[in-house]
Amino acid sequence: MFQSTARDTLTFRNNRSQTALPMRRWGSFLPGEGVGGGGVHWNGQTWRFLPSDFLAASHNIERYGPMRPGMTVQDYGVTYEELEPHYDRFEKLCGIGGKAGNLNGEIVEGGNPFEGPRSAEYPNPPMHMTFAQHRFEVATKELGLKPFPGPSANMTEPYVNPLGCQLAPCTYCGFCEKYGCGNYSKASAQTTILPVLMQKPNFTLKTLNEVFQVKLDSTGRRATSVLHVDQNGEEYEQPADLVILCAYQLSNTRLMMLSGIGAIYDPVTGKGLVGKNYCYQVMSGADVFFDDKYTNEFVGAGALGMCVDEYNGDNFDHSGLGFIGGGYISCWTTHNRPIERQRTPEGTPTWGSAWKKAVAENFLKSTNVGAHGGSMAYAGNHLDLDPTYGRPLMRMTFDFTPNDRAMSAFLTERVREIAERMGGREIKVSPREGPYDSMPYQTTHNTGGTIMGTSPADSVVNRYLQSWDVPNLFVMGAGVFPQNAGYNPTGTVAALAYWAADAIRSQYLRDPGPLVQA
Amino acid sequence: MDALVGRLIPTDDLGPGAREAGVVDFIDNQLAGSFGRGERWYMKGPFADGLKTQGYQGEHPPAGLYRTAIAALDDHCRERFEGRTFAELQEDDQDAILSEIEDEELDFDGVSAAAFFAMLQDNTVEGFFCDPIYGGNRDMVGWRLVGFPGARYDYRDYLDHNGEPISIEPVGLTGRAAWNVD
Ligand SMILES: Cc1cc2nc3c(=O)[nH]c(=O)nc-3n(C[C@H](O)[C@H](O)[C@H](O)COP(=O)(O)OP(=O)(O)OC[C@H]3O[C@@H](n4cnc5c(N)ncnc54)[C@H](O)[C@@H]3O)c2cc1C
Repeated sequence: MFQSTARDTLTFRNNRSQTALPMRRWGSFLPGEGVGGGGVHWNGQTWRFLPSDFLAASHNIERYGPMRPGMTVQDYGVTYEELEPHYDRFEKLCGIGGKAGNLNGEIVEGGNPFEGPRSAEYPNPPMHMTFAQHRFEVATKELGLKPFPGPSANMTEPYVNPLGCQLAPCTYCGFCEKYGCGNYSKASAQTTILPVLMQKPNFTLKTLNEVFQVKLDSTGRRATSVLHVDQNGEEYEQPADLVILCAYQLSNTRLMMLSGIGAIYDPVTGKGLVGKNYCYQVMSGADVFFDDKYTNEFVGAGALGMCVDEYNGDNFDHSGLGFIGGGYISCWTTHNRPIERQRTPEGTPTWGSAWKKAVAENFLKSTNVGAHGGSMAYAGNHLDLDPTYGRPLMRMTFDFTPNDRAMSAFLTERVREIAERMGGREIKVSPREGPYDSMPYQTTHNTGGTIMGTSPADSVVNRYLQSWDVPNLFVMGAGVFPQNAGYNPTGTVAALAYWAADAIRSQYLRDPGPLVQA
Repeated sequence: MDALVGRLIPTDDLGPGAREAGVVDFIDNQLAGSFGRGERWYMKGPFADGLKTQGYQGEHPPAGLYRTAIAALDDHCRERFEGRTFAELQEDDQDAILSEIEDEELDFDGVSAAAFFAMLQDNTVEGFFCDPIYGGNRDMVGWRLVGFPGARYDYRDYLDHNGEPISIEPVGLTGRAAWNVD
């Protein structure tokens, strides 16, 4: 389910003064592999971005003045209002469970009051919350915040989606994130759309094949085929009138580079665009330990949680804070798999009898409050090719930025305030400090590299995700985000894919060519 | 290995530790298979010493790392403790050495002690808490210690636990003791 680094990896360094070395195994993120991709083993936390997230440059400059030096934040070139029907369509495809906070401009009690206006309620009711979420709800309300159920692609009811695919209610088994769901209870390509596509006479799914190049004609302005290789090393050429890259942000960016589509970004000269504005997610949190209360987090699901959104995006006044953006704060109860989770209080050794005792005492009696911070683009964080290792691996140069650090410090203090009020014996805060470390798992929310925008001078694809250079090539995925918002990305990845597909069907196919004139 | 994992998760008044859980068998199985050979790791050169943020950069796949690091650990112990190997030391001395490795005060020739310790720690935890089908967590001692009920299908009846304990017997992929009706 996860890509094998043996076949493909990338090289990593924090900054250009270091030598990038291969990620010999994955750590901080886990690219998906095979049918369904990361959508098989995702949690299902299915968000919409805020209207202002799509205007991250113009909105923030208007409100707070010029960006800090080095920041390369841009607008998306598409608005929330334009994407709304496509968000709605994806939520219905997936049977998302949640509570609307803004229905056609009316604020609705119990939902997220900060979200953009929605045209419809979620197709399913929210998840069934447990003890930890109840405590989070009480604590956040005491602080004057407005908690709401996290939007979930784990089924809260039996559901038949608009394509006729049936999904079954989630059993809260706690093996959701990093696992496929054997119960048809989590929206994925397999459970929501592939069974329908497989019925179509003009649909072919080739599995266990890797695309390694998009071939262009002699003008370099038209894609003519993709080259791919099967498990036996046999190579094939698939002729194409239209090529749509949807191989995840990392592979898409590398395929563009290996195919010579557009110039690779160089942070020294500022020239080139492919690989620019690589962004990530800035996570921090606090564990809460109870004495006499059992959180029993093995009763959990990938997207079972309560959230607050007061400190996301531009939902609060950033004047004098020294950063833009933010993130949501949540209490998710996703699992309690002991190999992955041994929460221990501050000062516990990492092995030996004292460790064993602390793990045993706290395993069933702890929870976590997390901040899911956005990541703003900077000139020095980027992707390019590393010539050192055979067929060039992609090279990632990334560290948390001054904006990230200030934002995360602020969010972590809000997390602390909430965690302290949840009635536990003690808390343990884990701020995001030091250089970005490519090994401990953080999120598989890699963004940028094939960014979208309004002009070929500062973006790789136009607002319909169409390559400026090669108009019969479209690029899907979070690679098109000019910078990352304080939410999990997949809802927006999918809304953009529907938006692009709509433009392809209604405009491009009728008259193939650039959908936006440069 | 028995001495090492026995110090990481000791047998003590709380009950069985890594030894009783079969952690050594678990790790041995893993090292004899695709994990030990690093089949899913990118193991092409060139190799260079990396920074902490770059993760494991050794030339050895896991099995090789274990072999060379254990040999180096014993060499170090023999030199320091009059010819005795790690397994022959007092528990206090064993703990002191492990702490030095963890704190990066001690390194070996030709192999990173810190990388070995990190992997050993991960694999010991895996062997202690894995599903018993993989050879560790024997008699579910790891799960019983912490109260993990295993891989169960349906917890909907327990959603309203409201902070109270849930008493259910752990179940593994091949069932549990009570299922074995002779
Ligand atoms: C543990 C985990 C939990 C997550 N939880 C959430 C969550 O709760 N909410 C959320 O919004 N997001 C979550 N994500 C992120 C989410 O999985 C991704 O955002 C999403 O899957 C991206 O969709 P995609 O279609 O762009 O790429 P993917 O789903 O990664 O699909 C890409 C596909 O392309 C294939 N591919 C790659 N390279 C090639 C090539 N060269 N040739 C041919 N095929 C290729 C891959 O095999 C894969 O099938 C999570 C991710 C992980 C790992």
